[in-house]
Amino acid sequence: MSGARTELTLGPNLFNWAPERWRDFYFRIADEAPVAVVYLGETICSKRAPLFSDYYEAVSERLGAAGKTVVHSTLGETASRIDRRLVSDVCERTADLIEANDASAALFLRGRPHYIGPLMNVYNEETLRFLASKGAQNICLPIELPFAAACVLCAVAASEKVMIEVQVFGRQSLALSARCYHARAHGRTRDTCRFVCENDPDGLVLTTLERTPFLVANGVQTLSYEYLNLVQEIPALKAAGVVRYRLSPHSCDMVQVATTFRSVLDGTLATGEALARLEELPIDAPFSNGFHHGRPGHGWTVPNTNVRS
Amino acid sequence: MNDDVAPRRPELVCPAGTPASLRTAVDAGADTVYCGLQNATNARNFPGLNFSPEELRKSVDYAHARGRKVLLAVNTFPPAGQFQLWKDAVGIAASAGVDAIIVADMGVAAYASREYPQLRLHLSVQAGASSPEAIRFHCEEFGIRRVVLPRILTVAEIADVHRQIPCEIEAFVFGNIGMMAEGRCSLTNYVTGISTNMDGVCSPAADVRYEEDADGTLTTRLGSFVIDQYRCGENGGYPTICKGRYGCSVQSEPYYAFEEPRSLNLSALLPDLMRAGVTALKIEGRQRSRAYVKSVVAAFRLAVDGIMAGEEPALTDLIALTEGHKETQGAFQSKSWR
Repeated sequence: MSGARTELTLGPNLFNWAPERWRDFYFRIADEAPVAVVYLGETICSKRAPLFSDYYEAVSERLGAAGKTVVHSTLGETASRIDRRLVSDVCERTADLIEANDASAALFLRGRPHYIGPLMNVYNEETLRFLASKGAQNICLPIELPFAAACVLCAVAASEKVMIEVQVFGRQSLALSARCYHARAHGRTRDTCRFVCENDPDGLVLTTLERTPFLVANGVQTLSYEYLNLVQEIPALKAAGVVRYRLSPHSCDMVQVATTFRSVLDGTLATGEALARLEELPIDAPFSNGFHHGRPGHGWTVPNTNVRS
Repeated sequence: MNDDVAPRRPELVCPAGTPASLRTAVDAGADTVYCGLQNATNARNFPGLNFSPEELRKSVDYAHARGRKVLLAVNTFPPAGQFQLWKDAVGIAASAGVDAIIVADMGVAAYASREYPQLRLHLSVQAGASSPEAIRFHCEEFGIRRVVLPRILTVAEIADVHRQIPCEIEAFVFGNIGMMAEGRCSLTNYVTGISTNMDGVCSPAADVRYEEDADGTLTTRLGSFVIDQYRCGENGGYPTICKGRYGCSVQSEPYYAFEEPRSLNLSALLPDLMRAGVTALKIEGRQRSRAYVKSVVAAFRLAVDGIMAGEEPALTDLIALTEGHKETQGAFQSKSWR
């Protein structure tokens, strides 16, 4: 499988960026980033969705004109009336392909081609086959799934004509809640939040009582402090049959990140050199790769190879 | 809440971590008892807890002889390549004659509905189905007969959900309350390498440390991370990540970033829940002692029977059984919790 076509994707932006910043970020991605698929859409908080809706069409068109496939990713946690209306509106009105992030979106999307996002729990071959029978064409695996299980899923996915996608860069989504932890940090509630999450383009860092950076709050989502970085695992993922490699957007130079990962996928840059380049980025947190290796997700397995894929 | 609607008699669904606890719960007045097998197929996979296939069969016989029901939780997410263990669990449940299995994973639900069409399926809280659409998807695809609602909805929202779904509702009323959407939390795995979804363990005891310094300050850790600290004599809780104390740039002092260590106690809302269309009231705590199960089940039995007889529920004793002797009505009372 190592000779198979591979594609880089840019996952949905998880954070509340100012609308103009959001627009300009995607314009630059359209013009400069070697990614084949870009996921748009608000996946964290239904209150944020209207904030950048004025620019959505322009961004979607610019990405499409640049040859990128645009996929609309749906809300991860759907409970309130506004949550539910957002999901049903997206599923019933959007012309773009849609990625379902919870079972309520799956209700609307069954029977037509769609994608399954990492916030849906696809842990095994039975779930994969079931969702494929409902029209799933692309499945992004849960962040905590170890490589051994991903290998089994890749083999099944090939026979079901489903593409497997794996996140390889960016903070890892660890939990969702009905409660907004950004609002709570500011002494507010979700209903009275006044969008305080806009202050933190990469999330709000939580430290332990020993002042060890530990977790990151992003509205109702809890993320890892560390940035997932599977650049050294790319050759193994390629050999296993992973087709798509997801980069999760951050405020660092995502064009540089995409270019580095693309070079590794193309076999023109060795993994050790790629890692060195990524370590030069101004990211204020270490890298992690523990989940892939079946170890604690915050951990980092030290690379001892410098290979080309 | 519409007070004109008479409360319906709910099924009292109680936890059992061992066969002895199951008998205790039945004898204390549980209508239904739920339990799990001794492996990763259920979300309380703790050492020394749970049932062998033979114990399950005998326990079902004990409950059925007294007109009560037994549910088996098969509510974790099998990692690819290890699905056989979950298939075996479904088969064991069917042959033991349980009244339903509680499932979360779509693959497990698809397998059970295909291979055991007579077996009644309940949707676990671990499935995280928090909207009528998500619940309907599971009902229509797998024939789910009852949903265990996530602990994030208000009573008014539960009533609203009830009107829009084709299955029964089971709602948590007492016990440990997790802050994160169930079935979608990898915090324990992030710290310990043990997955709540795949291994059925949140905050595994093997990774918990209690450290007391010379001043008598007690520090609790999970893995290498400090979760909380207690001054000498304070009542220290079991360290779980979502109930820990942390610092951040907009708070001058460390604070409970997610929630304070408290238990859920909805005893005061029981009449409202019974009017909201809830079929079954669920008590959390398969990891708790027989004495705890006996006290809580007996108290709720009295309360439910009292409400049906038109009396006010009296459950003040229950606060002694809540975590750190602190209780909350969580999301159920109002949206300001969020």
